[in-house]
Amino acid sequence: MIPLSWYLILAAALFSIGLYGVLARRNAVAILLGVELMLNAVNINLVAFWRYGDVAQMAGQVFAIIVFAVAAAEVAVGLALVISVYRRRNTVIAEELDILKW
Amino acid sequence: MTGEKIIFLIIAGVTLFSGFMVVTSSNLVHAALWLVAALFGVAMVFALLNAGFIAVVQVVVYIGAIAILFIFAIMLTRREQLDHGVQVNKNWWVGALVAVASFAGLVFLLQSFNGFSKTALAIPSGFDAVNQLGDALTSPAGYVLPFEVASVLLLAALVGAVYLAFNKK
Repeated sequence: MIPLSWYLILAAALFSIGLYGVLARRNAVAILLGVELMLNAVNINLVAFWRYGDVAQMAGQVFAIIVFAVAAAEVAVGLALVISVYRRRNTVIAEELDILKW
Repeated sequence: MTGEKIIFLIIAGVTLFSGFMVVTSSNLVHAALWLVAALFGVAMVFALLNAGFIAVVQVVVYIGAIAILFIFAIMLTRREQLDHGVQVNKNWWVGALVAVASFAGLVFLLQSFNGFSKTALAIPSGFDAVNQLGDALTSPAGYVLPFEVASVLLLAALVGAVYLAFNKK
């Protein structure tokens, strides 16, 4: 059997890769791609803890389903914001959206 | 080294490599397609964890809806010159440092967790995870309230997305 640690380390690595994408990318859509990787890493952890704990307690899988719903809502609103910004400012580069910075 | 471990290592390698390509490829359409590969790898991890329903939902919701939404958004906001030149901001090395530090910190913290190298018990025979999940999501003793709140959140996101992306002119 695979020990729990393998899943936890896989999730930690995927989370860190997503974190790098969020912090380093310039394009706003690419930043959202990084957020998706981080949410998936969290889901791996939730399902792994369900499987390695008491399988009759469904909390891990229920939370994973809720994370799916939140991720779908986040992407819909985030991409709508990006498209709206693109229409007004003609750019999706996060650094160029500095109108609040004086 | 059992067969299950070898399968896990192959899936984990494919997932992490695809995730790395998502954050490093300069062409955003390619990044979105690598995201599909990474999401598929995560779905296979769910299947390895005996969570078949979650694996199917991952394919349908993430690959079928979210990845396609990303590809649409990339095509709607794409400029040819965006695919060339530097794709990272000038503080990218801070981001890389923070990512490596967070990975090291997480592994360090996890090692002090006493269930770290635990192995899973066999699933009891006759245990129906999908049935149990459905019960948990709809019974008042379970998670019916978070489930309803999630549906309200999706409705709010739907209205918000239509309002934000609507062209007023």
